[in-house]
Amino acid sequence: MNHLLADPWLRFILVVAIKSGVLIFIVITSFAYLMLFERKILAWFQLRLGPIWCGPWGLLQPAADAVKLVLKEDLTPRDADPLIYRFAPAIAVLTSVLAYAAIPFGTFPDGSPVAIANLNVGILYILAAGSLGVYGIALGGWSSQSKWPLLGAIRSTAQMISYELAMGLSIIGVLLLAGTTNLSGITAAQSAHHVWYILPQFVGFLIYFITATAETNRAPFDLPEAETELVAGFHTEYSSLRFGTFFVAEYINMITVSCVATLLFLGGGDGPFLATLPLLSVAWFVLKVMVFLFVLIWMRATLPRLRYDRLMAFGWKVLLPVAVLNLLVTAAIVALVKA
Amino acid sequence: MLFSPWATVAIFFVVAVVVALLISAVPGIFTSKRPNRAKSEAYECGVPPTSAMIGRFPVRFYLVAMLFVIFDVEAASFYPWAVRLRDLGAFGLMEMVTFIVVLGVGYAYVWKKGGFSWR
Repeated sequence: MNHLLADPWLRFILVVAIKSGVLIFIVITSFAYLMLFERKILAWFQLRLGPIWCGPWGLLQPAADAVKLVLKEDLTPRDADPLIYRFAPAIAVLTSVLAYAAIPFGTFPDGSPVAIANLNVGILYILAAGSLGVYGIALGGWSSQSKWPLLGAIRSTAQMISYELAMGLSIIGVLLLAGTTNLSGITAAQSAHHVWYILPQFVGFLIYFITATAETNRAPFDLPEAETELVAGFHTEYSSLRFGTFFVAEYINMITVSCVATLLFLGGGDGPFLATLPLLSVAWFVLKVMVFLFVLIWMRATLPRLRYDRLMAFGWKVLLPVAVLNLLVTAAIVALVKA
Repeated sequence: MLFSPWATVAIFFVVAVVVALLISAVPGIFTSKRPNRAKSEAYECGVPPTSAMIGRFPVRFYLVAMLFVIFDVEAASFYPWAVRLRDLGAFGLMEMVTFIVVLGVGYAYVWKKGGFSWR
């Protein structure tokens, strides 16, 4: 063992693999508790109690759900493409987890980011990983060879790529202000200027927030799984843990967009008392992400679903021009203030 | 830093693939498989399926995909410009305004042709 650890490459691979494994475990666990969090909050909005029987305050509910799903029969429709049908949920969860390699969760006392990798094009990497998320849904819906899943999948694909455009443009305002695509660089620029970009980039934040909701297929943009029209959308044919895996991916995507919003617009791990205790930045980061997640759940409890033609028109005719306008105004200010 | 951060991302990717494959392998281990004809039929609200699958779907979805490719490539060209705008100054701003005007003409054309309205 000792001579293995002496080799710097092997030691590097081992350390990173362990860190990655721990992070993925944390992300999947936080998915489980986000689900409980959502059920509890939705229940309170509707004056119900929510899960209460499994463990105190329903805290063991995620474990009970997981056991139930694992023990259910795993069905494959007769006409389905067996290989793609089987691996589509794995692709969905893989693409949702990928973004976490680049997210800085805070800063260590020596100023380096608490992250797996500190990429100089971090935001581009996260956008790229996020846009791969379409594959899990499109392949899952198509390979089922059934009507509802196919309709849900093409709807979902069209919605996700339409809103991805405005999302990409809304982020550029932040890049103009920060002058870097490095995520910890962007948060550092916010603490250096003593302003979170939600203030100067409020329009950008609004567009990001709306598109992020649409990208993660959350209410009021949850048309891919509109029960009244499409049964359950792209995962109608799925059962057992494969069914659950799509939910893992969806909720992890929710956490991802909340993390990105926190990094770009809410100052990342910025907050009081950091001078005395630098690792408190992780706590501030988690707190902001949780606030963002709460707002996403709150919207689900409050807002009705959009109609599909309005959804597409809103993305192309409103969000896209507003995002370009916001980008131009920000660019003009940045360029002229410099001159 | 001794190693490139992309080596770290590559290792993270491998770990993520292993986790994803584990998740998709688990359902086969614990579950009993008792398929029958009704179960393995495509779900159509309990009615016997009328056809294997819809063979066609609206061409609008292709149009959305094509528009996305066009505008997304344009959007991607904003990123390097946005990071360097402080150095480029007013010159960089004018260049991008010209670009956006050209882009806007195409956008107006698609709008006029009804490419964005869902009918």
